[in-house]
Amino acid sequence: MAMITYREALHHALREEMTRDERVLIFGEDVVAYGGAYGVTSGLAKDYGEKRVFDAPIAEGVIAGAAVGAAMGGLRPVAELMTINFALLAADQIINHAAKVMHMFGGQMSVPLVIRAVGGGGAQLASTHSQSLEPMFAHVPGLKVITPATPADGKGLLKSAIRDDDPVLFIEHALLYRVRGEVPEGEHLVPLGKAEVKREGKDITLVAYSRMTLVALQAADLLSQEGIEAEVVDLRSLRPLDMETVLASVRKTHRALTVEEAWRTYGIGAEIASRIQEEAFDDLDAPIRRVSGVEVPLPYAKNLEQAAIPDAQRVMKAVKEVLARTGG
Amino acid sequence: MVTEVVMPKMGYDMTEGTIVRWRKQEGDEVKRGDIIAEVETTKVTVEVEAYSSGILRKILVPEGQTVPVGEVVAIIADRDEPIPGVAEKAPARERAPQAVKEAPRPEGADEESPRVPASPIARRIAREQGLDLRRVTGTGPGGRIIKEDVEAFLAKRPAEAPRPSPAPVAAAAPHDIPYEERELSRLRQTIARRMAESKRVAPHFYVTSEIDMTEALKLRQGLNALGEGAKISVTDMLVKAAAKTLQEFPEVNASFADGKIRVYRRINIGVAVALEQGLVTPVLPDCDKKSLAQIAREAKELVERARTGRMRQEDLTPGTFTISNLGMFDVDDFVAVINPPEAAVLAVGSVIPRPVVVGGEVKVADRMRVTLSADHRVIDGAVAARFLQRFKLFLEQPLHLVS
Amino acid sequence: MNHEEKTRVGGKTATKVGQSGLDKKTLLNFLHQMLLIRKFEDKAGELYARGKIAGFLHLYNGEEAVAVGAISALEPHDLVITHYRDHGHAIARGLDVKRLMAELFGKATGVAKGHGGSMHFFDASLGFYGGWAIVGGHLPLAVGLGLASNTLRKNQVILCIFGDGGTNIGYFYESLNVAKLWNVPVVFLCENNLYGMGTALHRASAIREVYRKAAVFDIAAERVDGMDVLAMREATVKAVAHARAGGGPYFLEAMTYRFRGHSMADPILYRDKSEVEEWKQRDPIILFQQRLREEGVLTPQDLEQMERETDELVADAVKFAEESPEPPLSDLHEDIYANP
Repeated sequence: MAMITYREALHHALREEMTRDERVLIFGEDVVAYGGAYGVTSGLAKDYGEKRVFDAPIAEGVIAGAAVGAAMGGLRPVAELMTINFALLAADQIINHAAKVMHMFGGQMSVPLVIRAVGGGGAQLASTHSQSLEPMFAHVPGLKVITPATPADGKGLLKSAIRDDDPVLFIEHALLYRVRGEVPEGEHLVPLGKAEVKREGKDITLVAYSRMTLVALQAADLLSQEGIEAEVVDLRSLRPLDMETVLASVRKTHRALTVEEAWRTYGIGAEIASRIQEEAFDDLDAPIRRVSGVEVPLPYAKNLEQAAIPDAQRVMKAVKEVLARTGG
Repeated sequence: MVTEVVMPKMGYDMTEGTIVRWRKQEGDEVKRGDIIAEVETTKVTVEVEAYSSGILRKILVPEGQTVPVGEVVAIIADRDEPIPGVAEKAPARERAPQAVKEAPRPEGADEESPRVPASPIARRIAREQGLDLRRVTGTGPGGRIIKEDVEAFLAKRPAEAPRPSPAPVAAAAPHDIPYEERELSRLRQTIARRMAESKRVAPHFYVTSEIDMTEALKLRQGLNALGEGAKISVTDMLVKAAAKTLQEFPEVNASFADGKIRVYRRINIGVAVALEQGLVTPVLPDCDKKSLAQIAREAKELVERARTGRMRQEDLTPGTFTISNLGMFDVDDFVAVINPPEAAVLAVGSVIPRPVVVGGEVKVADRMRVTLSADHRVIDGAVAARFLQRFKLFLEQPLHLVS
Repeated sequence: MNHEEKTRVGGKTATKVGQSGLDKKTLLNFLHQMLLIRKFEDKAGELYARGKIAGFLHLYNGEEAVAVGAISALEPHDLVITHYRDHGHAIARGLDVKRLMAELFGKATGVAKGHGGSMHFFDASLGFYGGWAIVGGHLPLAVGLGLASNTLRKNQVILCIFGDGGTNIGYFYESLNVAKLWNVPVVFLCENNLYGMGTALHRASAIREVYRKAAVFDIAAERVDGMDVLAMREATVKAVAHARAGGGPYFLEAMTYRFRGHSMADPILYRDKSEVEEWKQRDPIILFQQRLREEGVLTPQDLEQMERETDELVADAVKFAEESPEPPLSDLHEDIYANP
C-alpha cells in the first residue's frame, strides 16, 4: 500500500499500462512539456518517447476523432481533453462515432478508447470552465462513463478502462488531484460498472460519485455525531450503473438521498431516484431526495460559487429533512 | 340550563361510537327521555335519549362521524340561553391524538377526505401483519405513518394484532384464485377479535346431552293455548331452565379473572341473536328472579330491539351465561365458543323426532341435543356433567319451570 | 461558374489508354466495375421508389470514375474511409453486391447485418472502413487510422473520401492541420461535384479551388478530372506512393458531377437541367467505352457480355436481398459493447 495523491495514482495507472501494452498511447493538449494541464502525464513523454506521448493542437474535434480512428486502427489511445467543458467540442466524435461504431457496423469492430477529461467546479474558473456534464454522456448507450472519487479507485478504474475494449469517458475532478489515499501497489484493478459502499450505516443511503462522495462521507461523519448513521454508496461508474449495490443499501436503510455536483433537472440523481422507486418501492420509508448543484451557470465570485456547489452542511440538512418526524 | 350531550358509554368495553342518525335537528324542542340520536358501537346500533329538556341548540358531531366515549356531541339549552365556548368548538375531530392512543383514522368516507398517508414500507408491513393502518398514528412529515410507527404499534399490542398467517390479504398469495375482498364491519371486527381471544385464552371442553323434549313441548303448547301474555318459545324455557340450574351451580355462573374465579351474584343470561351483519347477544338480567312468562315477554322485546337495531343500554348489561340456539336451522348439535369473560355457553340443536329405547322397546320421541362449552380454568368435567344433568331434568320435568 | 467553366473544368487528364501501362484485363475490369456501380445505383433508385429501401439513399451516378480509378491504386491492406455516398466506393473496393443490396434492404445478411443501411457500408476484412454520415466527421478518423498505421508500422495508406460540402467544416481544417503535423499516410480525396446537397460550391466556399485549402497547410495537392478513370488512377497512384513513402498526407480534388439528386428526396431545384445534360456528355462510362473502343481494347461482344454479367449480378443481388431474413429482434441489444 502507498499513501499517494489522486494525481499520482492516475499517473501510475498510465505508466503501468503504457509499459504493459505498447499499443497504449497518450495524446492531447499540453501533455508533453506541460505535463498535462493537471500534471497527470508529467514525465511520460520523456520516458516513453514522443511517438507514444505527444501533443495535439487545441482542436478537440480531431483529438477525439483521431482517437476513435486510432482505436479502430488497432491502438489503445488515451486522449486527454483537458476539461469536460471542452468535451462539448468533441461530443460529436464521442457520441456519433465512438459510441456507434460497434453497433452501426454490425459488430465488426469496437473502439478501445479512453478519453480523460476533468469535470466539476470550485476553483473559481467561471461558468464555461466549471461544468459537470456527465449526465449528457452517461445518457448514451455504447459509451462508458467513469467517475472515480479516490486515488485507489482512480488507479484501478483507469487501468481497467484502458484494458476495456469499449470507449470510456473517464472524468476526473480538479479538486481531487491533491487528495491523498491508500492505493495498493501493482496490479490494482477496479472493475468498471461496480459501485462501492464507502461507509456503512443503517439510517439512510447517500448515493454519490466523484468529489461529492467525499462530501457525502464528510456529512456522514458529522451526522454520526448526532446519532444518525448514513451509508455512503460511491457509484464510481455512471454507465454502466450498478443499481444492485444501491438497492441493497436502500433495502437496508429504507431511505435514500443522492448527492451530485451536476444540475438537478434530468440528472444522475433523477435516474437513481427513478430506479429506486421502480425496484424498491415497498422498501421506502420516505420520498427520495436529491442534493445537487444549484441550477445556474457557476459564477466566479467565491461566495457565490461556494453557495452553488453542495457541501456537507447541505447534505446534512437534507438528511435531517428526510428523517424528520412531526411528533410521537 | 345548558346540558352537554356526550357520547354515552353503552357497553363495558365501548371506547367510541359513530353517530348514525340525528333524530332531532338543531332548533328542535327536546323533552327528557326523547330519543335524539342513533349511535353505532362495535356491537350494535343503539338509541340515545336526552337526559334534559330544552332546545337542541347545537349539533357538534355530524352523522357518520366517530368520536370517543365522553366527547360532547350536542348541546341542549333554553332557547335564548348563551352557550359558552361553542363558537370556538369545531366539530369534534375524528382523531384526538391526546385522548385515545390508538384513535382510528378517518375512513375517507367522502371523496374530499384524504387517504391515510403511509410510506410504502409501512404499508407493506401493515399488510403482512393484517393491520388496519387507520389504527396507527403517524409521526412522519405531514402525519405520514412510517415504518417505526407501525412497528411500535405492533410491539405494544401483540395479543390483539392478528397473527401474520391468517392475514386477510396475504402479501404473497400462493394461489391466484380470483376473490372479492370485503371490508369488516365494526361488529364483525369485534366478533373476530373476541372469539379469537376466547379460544386462545380459555381452555374449552365440551359436554353433550340429549334431552327428551316431549313434556316440555306439551307444557309449552298448553301454556300458549291459554292465550295470556307473550307466546312462550323453546328458548324461553331454556333460559328459565338455565337460570334455575345456575342457581344450583354458582360455579358455572362465574369468570376467570386475574388469577381468581369470580362467582357472580346475578344471573344474567345472554341470548344469541343472529342478525344479518353478525351475531349479537342481548342479555336478560336477573333471570333467576323472573317467571317463565316474564322471561318470555322480555325476551321477545329484547330480540325485537336487537333485530331492529334499537337496543338500549340495559340490553348490553354484562352477561354471566349465554345460550345459543340454532335449532331453527335443522341442526343436530353444535359447539359454541364461550363469550368472554363468561365461563360457559350452551349450544342448542333442533328438536328432532328420534328413536329411543323405552322399556326395552323402540319408540319415537322429540329429542334435542345440547352441548355445554366450559372454561376448564373455572369448571371441571364433573361439574359440567352434573350441570347438564340437572338442566336436562328441568326440561324433562318442565313443571319445575313454572313452579 | 459560367457555362464554359462547367464543362472545361480542368484538372489533369490521363494519357491514352494504350499508354496507361495497364493490361487489357485490368482496363476492361475498370469498365466492368463502373457499369456495375451504375446499374446497382439505378436499381437501388428504382427499389427505393418502390418502398423496398428506406431512409436516405445517395446515388453515385456520374461519379463512377472517381471510385474505380482511385481505389484501383490501393493495396489490399490499405484502408478506404468515405462519406455517406458510399455505394460506388464499396463496390470498387470489392464488397459483395449481394450483401450490399441486403444491407439496403435492412436484412440480416447485409454487410452491417442491417444495422447501418445505405450510409454505413462497412467491411473490415476488405479494408473498407465505412460509410459515415456526419459531414466531414470521418476526416479525424482517417487521421487516427493513419496514426495507427505509423505507430504499428502497418505501412498502410488511408484513402479518405469526402465531398466539396465537407471542406468548410471545422473538422476539415483540424484534420489537415494535424495530418501534416503528425505526418500521417492519408490521401484526402475530395469528390467535388460542385454542390453540397443543394448549395452550389461558390455559395458555400470562399474559394472555388478546393485543393488550395490543403495547400495552405503545405500539403501536396492537385486537381484531377474525375470523369476520366485513368486520370483518377494515375493521380491516386502518385498520391499513394507519396504517402506510403513517408511523405505524409496528399490532397486530391476530383472534378466530377452527380447526375441524380443529392438523395432520392431531392427535387433538384438548385441547378438547371441543361447543366446536367451537358455533364452527361462527359459520362465517365461512355467516355471510357469510347476510348477503349477507339484503341481496340473493347469489342462489342466484350461489352455485351459485360452488360449481361453486370445485369445478372444486380439481379442476383436483388433476389438475395429479397430472400434474406430480417435481423432477429435480439439484435437490438447485441453489439452495443464489446465488453458488456
